Amino acid sequence: MDSYDTPELTRRQDASSRLKDFFIGATPLQKRLESVRKQTSFIATPPRRKIPQGSQLQEDVDPQKFAFLLHKQWTLYSLTPLYKFSYTNFKEYSKLLNAFIAAEKQKGLAVEVGDDFNIKVIFSTLMGVKGTQRDPEAFLVQILSKSQLPSEHKEEKVLWTGWFCCVFGDSLLETVSEDFTCLPLFLANGAETNTAIIGTWFQKTFDCYFRPLAVNAFNLSWMAAMWTACKMDHYMATTELLWSVPCSPHSLDISYAIHPEDAKALWDSVHKTPGEVTQEEVDLFMDCLYSHFHRHFKIHLSATRLVRVSTSVASAHTDGKIKILCPKYLIGVLAYLTELAVFQIE
Amino acid sequence: MSALRPLDKLPGLNTATILLVGTEDALLQQLADSMLKEDCTSELKVHLARSLPLPCSVNRPRIDLIVFVVNLHSKHSLQNVEESLCHLDAAFFLGKVTFLATGAGRDSHCSIHRNTVVRLAHTYRSPLLFCDLEIEDFRATMAQRLVRLLQICAGHVPGVSALNLLSLLRGSENPSLEDL
Repeated sequence: MDSYDTPELTRRQDASSRLKDFFIGATPLQKRLESVRKQTSFIATPPRRKIPQGSQLQEDVDPQKFAFLLHKQWTLYSLTPLYKFSYTNFKEYSKLLNAFIAAEKQKGLAVEVGDDFNIKVIFSTLMGVKGTQRDPEAFLVQILSKSQLPSEHKEEKVLWTGWFCCVFGDSLLETVSEDFTCLPLFLANGAETNTAIIGTWFQKTFDCYFRPLAVNAFNLSWMAAMWTACKMDHYMATTELLWSVPCSPHSLDISYAIHPEDAKALWDSVHKTPGEVTQEEVDLFMDCLYSHFHRHFKIHLSATRLVRVSTSVASAHTDGKIKILCPKYLIGVLAYLTELAVFQIE
Repeated sequence: MSALRPLDKLPGLNTATILLVGTEDALLQQLADSMLKEDCTSELKVHLARSLPLPCSVNRPRIDLIVFVVNLHSKHSLQNVEESLCHLDAAFFLGKVTFLATGAGRDSHCSIHRNTVVRLAHTYRSPLLFCDLEIEDFRATMAQRLVRLLQICAGHVPGVSALNLLSLLRGSENPSLEDL
């Protein structure tokens, strides 16, 4: 089993060596402020990221609790910090949100046929979904349908689930003041109308802003490399990548499926520094796949757009949809998504 | 199939020739059309090429400015440009080469990081321009700018030469780039 000392992510390093001399150990924010003051350009060298490590969830938390987070398709949003949010007021928030949803539905804004208006909103904390101790606790919002029949103890159906989390969000945490809670990543599963209503309530109550998080092809290729690099005992799914060819009248989709062990073997031949992924390795990994495809089909995949990546660890779509399959690497996947969300906020 | 040299032919009278190199044929064609629409005292000639080296058989005028177009949505275009750069004589990089990156506006479609192109332009000591060639207004503005650059590189603007312009453009960039 791999063992690493600290789960710190290596930050984007400043290009100028002069700044390095003065600011060894400076936080990214200080470095950025200094570069602005000196009017030097802040060109980030290609980032090096840690490969997600297994079992980073804190030991005292039962991993079974997270089973409901896996194998579901989540839509991603980035969220600005929440103002005056408190973890102790969950009951009050539940009541307010419940009333708000009932009011919205009665306004006729989101009427669904056969919808019983007896719904219940529950706020709860998700213990253990965080990277460092500094990260705020993740919390979960669920809309359950209350059963109309008073007779038997009917199970409540979950209509909508949404959760907020922050994993290794250091660069954002240090820029905000005490009144704000930073949970930049929001994942939602359920009807779009419910997401919109809940989003409106949060925006009004906590003065924050939601934005859909799109994942571009560059980040998808990073995900493909990082998730292929994860060590797995057994592979549940083939590694599959989907490209969209921009040609009129309809766009063509090219799907490339690789046996996961072959993909891992390819990655191992490309990979040099243990524990870290660099830009060159990602580029080389993808170039190997492209040239193999070109050799057989004479199609330049590099001229098309990578739209979907699915591996045994997780699967991601460029529209901002993600499905996490492996509980071991949940934190690792969330860490990268948090980084993307933070980048979109800034 | 020799390398392109900047000064191996005599210049034509009042003629300025630009070579646009890139894999995006449609975009290059549109840019060429926009440039030809511009009012210009010199006679403009626009050549389009997918990649270098150019075939020797064609009789072409002296090329005054080469613009390499990279589409940030396609890694293939970047690889194509990188391979083409090997076929240029080093003297071209004294102000007669420019890089143009398109597609930065639609970040969700980008498969190349912006910094990759910045680094490429810095390695070859040439200016880098960003423009979304798909949008007509931006394309027209860029065409105007390229025509002006072309006139300077062809020597039609008294007092400013290509090398002069290069050092002017570089002076406005940040000095720390030299440390890279």
